[in-house]
Amino acid sequence: MPQVTLTVNGQSHTAEVEGRTLLVELLREKLRLTGTHVGCDTSQCGACVVHVNGESVKSCTTLAVMCDGASVTTIEGLAKPDGTLHPMQEAFREYHALQCGFCTPGMVMSAIDLVQKNPQGLTEQQIREGLEGNLCRCTGYHNIVKAIAAAAEVMHGRRSEIARAAE
Amino acid sequence: MYDFAYHKPSTVADAVKLLADPDAKAVSGGHTLIPALKHRLNKPSALVDLSGIAEMKGIRRAGNAIVIGALTRHVEVADSAEVKAAIPALAYLAGHIGDVQVRNRGTIGGSVANNDPAADYPAAVLGLGATVHTSKRKIAADEFFLGMFTTALEQDEILTAVEFPIPEKAGYAKMKNPASRYVMAGVFVSKGPMGVRVAVNGAGPCVFRQAEMEKALAANWSADAVAGIRQSAEGLNSDIHGSAEYRAHLVTVMAKRAVAAAG
Repeated sequence: MPQVTLTVNGQSHTAEVEGRTLLVELLREKLRLTGTHVGCDTSQCGACVVHVNGESVKSCTTLAVMCDGASVTTIEGLAKPDGTLHPMQEAFREYHALQCGFCTPGMVMSAIDLVQKNPQGLTEQQIREGLEGNLCRCTGYHNIVKAIAAAAEVMHGRRSEIARAAE
Repeated sequence: MYDFAYHKPSTVADAVKLLADPDAKAVSGGHTLIPALKHRLNKPSALVDLSGIAEMKGIRRAGNAIVIGALTRHVEVADSAEVKAAIPALAYLAGHIGDVQVRNRGTIGGSVANNDPAADYPAAVLGLGATVHTSKRKIAADEFFLGMFTTALEQDEILTAVEFPIPEKAGYAKMKNPASRYVMAGVFVSKGPMGVRVAVNGAGPCVFRQAEMEKALAANWSADAVAGIRQSAEGLNSDIHGSAEYRAHLVTVMAKRAVAAAG
């Protein structure tokens, strides 16, 4: 069986996988990182989004063997070791950008990639287009969009903390 | 998904040898093939991962053309300063394929070689009169796309790059399925060294040229010139997303928008 060595959330892992093993299966079943979800399994819903070498990728549509030597970040790798949330996680909490929470790990990972690629700032339209690969069936997206806009301000140093959501 | 052997060659020559096995399949981004494998629509004995082949990567200007290596991902074409300057319609098209995550993995070579009727790139290849480079030869766009998911490529022939002549003007417009973002009907128009070309994707079983619109635009490059031209619905795709008649109607609408976008 092929062997893969990859860095996940800063830690190096080596695992034996089958050719057909998906990245999400490696993460969830072998490394027990179950924060990454599988929703549709047809590459549409985005619940499985993780970062591979800094870019958002659907881990249900990526073979584990293709990630040999790669650096992977999952939702578990965002908060600091002391538990301090990433600004995007903090913004999702503050803006109530989730209800059932199933899509949230993928939403957060896609949102971070989107904000990192757009240091000049994002319009509401750009945020909505940037989320085309992520489906949420609870929120109607409104609070997710607000959360991402608020997190972008902190991630690019324009504010020191997440703005409070309007009451 | 059925299991398969996995190979990652580092040269085109090695990849060609591995693909001599008729049950082996080439893969790069895998954003069409992996979903198909998950549905067990395909049972390859081996996947030959081309992504380690350096000679198939990158974007360069060669005279009056832009040459894009087959392994170049959609996001790289969309963000390329070189493509944006020379053929902005091509950068626009690449930036509107699927969603962000599809663009981060999917490649131009995979899209063109697969020739999905609802894919975006075939419209640009045919609409710009591009030349497809392979491990064996060079194939003109007009001879490359043969039918639904069918191209002139042979089993052990690998698409290595696409050479796009730089046009004077070009534009692309599509109506996309709101869920899958695949093309319901799209039109790529261009005017330049390859003449006036109008390529239609999404609407039929294979990308095709719209000769009547080409003639009209050659005489008068304006959205008005194509506004009265009706695409026949005969032979077009009909499915739960739209009838052949609806797609035929969309061809005229998208042609107008594409010409307007080209300026």
